Amino acid sequence: MSVLRLENISLRYPSGDGGSQAPLILDRINLDIADDDFIVVIGRSGSGKTSLLNLAAGFLPPSSGHVTLDGRSLSGPGSDRAVVFQDDALYPWLTAIENVAFPLRLRGLGREQRLKEAQALLERVGLPSAGAAKVWELSGGMRQRVGIARALASHPRFLLMDEPLGALDALTRVRMQGFLLDMWQASRAGALLITHSIDEALMLATRIVVLSAGPGRIAKAIPVRFARDYLAGVPQPELRASTQFRRLHDDLTGFIHSEDEGVAA
Amino acid sequence: MTLSLEAASIDEEPGSAIGARPSRRLSLPWISVATVGVLIGLWSLVSYYRLVPPLFLPSPLAVSRALSGLATTGFVDATLAQHVAASLSRIFGALGVALVLGVPAGLAIGTSRWGKGILDPIVEFLRPLPPLAYLPLVIIWLGIGEASKIAVIALAMLPPIILSTASGVKSASSDHINAARAFGASRRQLLQYVILPGALPSILTGTRIALGAGWSTLVAAELVAATRGLGFMIQSAAQFLVTDIVIAGIVVIAVVAFLFEVVARWIERRLVPWSSRR
Repeated sequence: MSVLRLENISLRYPSGDGGSQAPLILDRINLDIADDDFIVVIGRSGSGKTSLLNLAAGFLPPSSGHVTLDGRSLSGPGSDRAVVFQDDALYPWLTAIENVAFPLRLRGLGREQRLKEAQALLERVGLPSAGAAKVWELSGGMRQRVGIARALASHPRFLLMDEPLGALDALTRVRMQGFLLDMWQASRAGALLITHSIDEALMLATRIVVLSAGPGRIAKAIPVRFARDYLAGVPQPELRASTQFRRLHDDLTGFIHSEDEGVAA
Repeated sequence: MTLSLEAASIDEEPGSAIGARPSRRLSLPWISVATVGVLIGLWSLVSYYRLVPPLFLPSPLAVSRALSGLATTGFVDATLAQHVAASLSRIFGALGVALVLGVPAGLAIGTSRWGKGILDPIVEFLRPLPPLAYLPLVIIWLGIGEASKIAVIALAMLPPIILSTASGVKSASSDHINAARAFGASRRQLLQYVILPGALPSILTGTRIALGAGWSTLVAAELVAATRGLGFMIQSAAQFLVTDIVIAGIVVIAVVAFLFEVVARWIERRLVPWSSRR
């Protein structure tokens, strides 16, 4: 079992003069992501959610603390952790299938081989005939599926997703939540997802981590079981209608609002 | 669903503004064609009534006769086609040199601190200089042959190509770069697969600007010891006060430059179709 671990991570904005008064963004974060976890980080804007993901991805170095993978310290991005961006980040000069094949091209795989693998991935994300399409010809939901197929192409052990459904309309969003869970289960990769939607957090997470703002701290970590229920066959509407779902939704809403007032006071 | 879509598409008559009837409006190209027609008409009137002596402003008819004479018998030992070919070979030669030097230089400025530190002052020195100012120096260095002409045109083309490449590199999306880094891209792969294609729209825009700069420099470069070329042709016609050839030469340059622009835009649409859509 693999574990991606954030160990006592703090982050300050880099200040030009190297002074110690740079504002603290994240304060002593400890977070373990196992490869059977689906961790959803939720918090209001400005709580450092995205910085947390960038640290885990290796795009940002922590000011103090370590990011480790199975005890080995990480110092930058790597193909063991694939990232899915809110704004899909697909390459518009490549077709959909070439985008999916991109990580394989970086690894030096031959064209035929990588297109074959990419086609299989497109089929897995439900877009078997979208390969030749230009990126801008696809809808937002389709682009995000291509982005996820591209992330899976590198066979990552962890999927890091920064509000991947944030730009989608409500209906597509609900459909994509089920899709994300199916992909997560099939890929056997640990997942870290950032969102500001409580509903989405409850639907997707095996564990919800609530980040408080100014500086970002882990205020709460709650195990959740709706994602596993969904994968066991309970339909989403039924889960959403359950008393337990609604109670947790209310609790989390109340908690995040009280956080807001705490900051304002 | 289908019905409402059809209804919506009827309203979206191309080129129609809100409240205007499409059928009564002149489309944009026709307005431009009409403008050109009116200007040529005015020109004809001015020369017909001899408001300006023909030595200064020959009639449109005289100019078109000069053009057909140029095409068949030619002027100063070369036909129009040979003059155009001489100029085009200089423009394309210079564009080749400017792209080969300018794109790597722009990449260096956009991606490396050292590249920026070294190349910025050179570009900023070159950019505001009028090509005519360094033409004599280039002739002293390279002689009066083709090399000095191509060098001067290329020098005029370099700054727009370098600067647009650098700005294309700097505007590269950080998500695009981070995605590639997360997939384990090396520095070279990042440059080749992400940064360069991302900068391509900007490089093509720079190339169009460079072509404009190239045409204006071409005429200057051909003033000195050339035996062929559109600039040379205009210059020698002016020395003999053959005004109709002068005007014909100007028209030819305008038409060729316009065709360049059309072709460049076509290439842009083919090569970087995404730049206008995202």
